[in-house]
Amino acid sequence: MTIFEMFSYSFMQRALLAGTLIGVLCAVLGVFLVLRRLSLIGDGLAHITFGSVALALFAGLQGAAMLLVSLPVVLLASLGILKLAGKARLGGDAAIGIVSSVGVSLGVLLAVLGRGYGVDLFSYLFGSILAISRAELLVAGGLFITVLALLWLYYNDLVALTFNEELAAVSGIRVRFLNGLLAALTALTVVLAMKLVGVMLISALLILPASAALQVARGFRMTVILSVLFSLLSVVGGIVLSFLLNLPSGATIILLAFVIFCAGYLFRQLQTVKNKN
Amino acid sequence: MQELIRVEQLTCRHGAVEALSGISFSVAAGDYLGIVGPNGSGKSTLVRALLGLMPSYQGRISLFGQSRENFTAWQRLGYLPQNLGPLNPAFPATVFEVVQLGLLAGKGLPRRLCRQERQQVQELLELLGIDHLQRRMIGELSGGQQQRVMLARALINNPELLVMDEPTAALDPEIRDRFYELVARMNKNKGTTVLLVTHDTGTIGQYASRMLYLDKKVLFFGSFDEFCHSPEMSVFFGEHSQHLICHRH
Repeated sequence: MTIFEMFSYSFMQRALLAGTLIGVLCAVLGVFLVLRRLSLIGDGLAHITFGSVALALFAGLQGAAMLLVSLPVVLLASLGILKLAGKARLGGDAAIGIVSSVGVSLGVLLAVLGRGYGVDLFSYLFGSILAISRAELLVAGGLFITVLALLWLYYNDLVALTFNEELAAVSGIRVRFLNGLLAALTALTVVLAMKLVGVMLISALLILPASAALQVARGFRMTVILSVLFSLLSVVGGIVLSFLLNLPSGATIILLAFVIFCAGYLFRQLQTVKNKN
Repeated sequence: MQELIRVEQLTCRHGAVEALSGISFSVAAGDYLGIVGPNGSGKSTLVRALLGLMPSYQGRISLFGQSRENFTAWQRLGYLPQNLGPLNPAFPATVFEVVQLGLLAGKGLPRRLCRQERQQVQELLELLGIDHLQRRMIGELSGGQQQRVMLARALINNPELLVMDEPTAALDPEIRDRFYELVARMNKNKGTTVLLVTHDTGTIGQYASRMLYLDKKVLFFGSFDEFCHSPEMSVFFGEHSQHLICHRH
């Protein structure tokens, strides 16, 4: 089969389009999350997503309709993490740990109670982007536009917040609102990404492209641009490779992202040595 | 003279420990207020309360005639902290990007700079002698260089009130002197009101017009000349330094 033939399949076109949308969002959000040392919020919300998928399956929902359950549940959980971290004398990591473990426990409990959808749940654990439906793609497109528009609008506020929260507050930037916005945007993106790479690997898609960009970029804008570039390279390359070699798409995408990160790390080390000489 | 800051019966606590106890004072436009006191006397707590960085306090604070809770004109105020805290050395912003953040915050969403405003950033970097660093990454700079960048960020809006908390701790003596001379020129020529927390007695002696001496409560508040002849002066600085500090150049 030629590459050209591969792209003629409608399921492949949908997978590449959805992957591109999700890859862009993960790359941009990832830069803010990694720099704010909030990388694991993606992991925590992914576990909640697992619980929400089990809940949706338990309620008899399928495909895009499952997002009706997942989106509000994960959004509420993201705000719950912020509330717990701010009010209950907990660090962010402990708050993430509590909420995510509750999510997984609920997922397992519901999976046992509602026997018969084990295969569906498994597909959400490890992703199945090649099976994305037209309706799911439309929802992903709508959410992509919403999240990207908000990121564009609040980009500089998020940069200021990421640089120094106190200085941002004294500049008149609404820090609490922005923290909530960042958590909510992450929640939306995580729900979208579960179909692409699966619950187990979502946080890697948030962390790896951003971390690779941080190795080589000079300047914040350049970091965001490179993060998007690396993410798209991983997602598109991963989907194509997984199709050609009959590999699981989620794992292939993440391993490709890891290879790019390693290349970025090596580049940085070489630059450091060169500068010393 | 317009009153820029009014503090009435301010009490702040860190948990069960009282950091400030019922303090009151006011700052008029054009003042250069030096805030001194021993370690743990509540100087930084006071600054944080003024800037809305304390989660709770008792008493009343007003800035530019507005209560602190309703204050929104943050662009009239520049803030230079003692340090940036745990600045991530991998933070990927250039010096230019960091300074422009101060200017962007005052603009409406989506907060983008026009060519004229970028020029404004450029001119300030030149004025502070750090234009050669503008493409360098902030995390790659020395502590002193980072502090000069943060001064540029604090000054980029031409603030009417400049709040500084031990701003020169990371600077070498020559840079520190130039820094204080620049702030003094702004105070004298532009009428910028300055609120300076410092242990640097030489600086206080050279530039402050008013003094606030704290130790959880106000021990002295008045003009610098009155402070020079007050018993509190000797208690805090000692007899010998009193002569040095009160000798204006």
